[in-house]
Amino acid sequence: MRRPSHIAFALTLAVAGGAAFAQAQSEKDAKYRVGDKYTGYTYADPTTQSMQDDDYVNPGFLWVQEGEKLWSAAEGAAGKSCADCHGKAQESMKAVGALYPKWQEKIGKLENVEQRINQCRADNMKAEPWKWESPALLAMTAYVQLQSRGQPVDVAVEGPVKPHLQNGERLFYMRHGQLDLSCANCHEDNDGKWMRGDHLGQAMANGFPTYRLKEQTLISLQFRLIGCVRDTRAEAYPYGSDEYLDLELYLAHRGKGLPVEAPSVRR
Amino acid sequence: MAEARVKLPDKVKKGEPFEIKTLVSHPMETGQRKGADGKIVPRMIINKFVARLNGEEVFSADLAPAISANPYLSFFTVANAGGKLEFEWIDDQGQKSAYTAELKVEG
Repeated sequence: MRRPSHIAFALTLAVAGGAAFAQAQSEKDAKYRVGDKYTGYTYADPTTQSMQDDDYVNPGFLWVQEGEKLWSAAEGAAGKSCADCHGKAQESMKAVGALYPKWQEKIGKLENVEQRINQCRADNMKAEPWKWESPALLAMTAYVQLQSRGQPVDVAVEGPVKPHLQNGERLFYMRHGQLDLSCANCHEDNDGKWMRGDHLGQAMANGFPTYRLKEQTLISLQFRLIGCVRDTRAEAYPYGSDEYLDLELYLAHRGKGLPVEAPSVRR
Repeated sequence: MAEARVKLPDKVKKGEPFEIKTLVSHPMETGQRKGADGKIVPRMIINKFVARLNGEEVFSADLAPAISANPYLSFFTVANAGGKLEFEWIDDQGQKSAYTAELKVEG
């Protein structure tokens, strides 16, 4: 008679423990879920999540630290640094990243954060633009994006931007390449399913630049888009092409309200 | 890019263990991969990590080729007196990354 009660007691403990663990997990996940949108963090392995949770474990912060140094380093013919005009990034760049890609009236073009940084270097610092995926550009992007961490993504989609959003949406649903796949085939139709050693996510862009364990480096959203298009066996568009900018805008709009998560850690 | 990041407690109690977290940027090339030209990319890893408190070694580690890029190491140590904590990472080419921090000990 006693044994079953022991088992029952042990089972109760196990279930309670499991429930407590699950609850702690879901509380941690909650900030990466808004309505029916959620980011790759919610799928990530607990070990990967814990890397992102601690700024002293997340390798992305090596780039942030570098970006912080570059912020106050004078460069170019004008002899200026970012800090000379923008002061403290913690104040001047607060929540700025959440608004990108953004329409730039002066040049009549959509710009993402990387392009905005290089635009500023060219116009105000008279400095050479940083190359795509260069450590310096990744570092500065990570540092700028960090100042928006936790702020909801909120891109403007009206006015001159509207046709770009529509084009981005068209590209998202357009089938590409020999494998005849659209973004939506993986990231909407098969969201959550297991693929190539990881879960297919909702293709949310709020975590970029991301420290990708596979690449062992920080990567930009453009890098990831090129990789995704290549995976459909299509010829990828070049870095910073109009197509990817429109797609970036559409992805940001799809993920509206999710908090900026940069620099996130993903497998 | 050569960055090192270290986190230690603001203050520690005399004789009580505390954790130090370290992160350093390094490609940690294994020596097993082939480049685009088909040739082996030579091994280039951090092979030694040392932490010293006021010149005395408190922790060291030998690193091996299977350790990922930008290696993260954390360890526990004790201190009886505060002072200068020095961290040093040495790679196969003999290049050093270094970081120095001030340790405060109370009690």
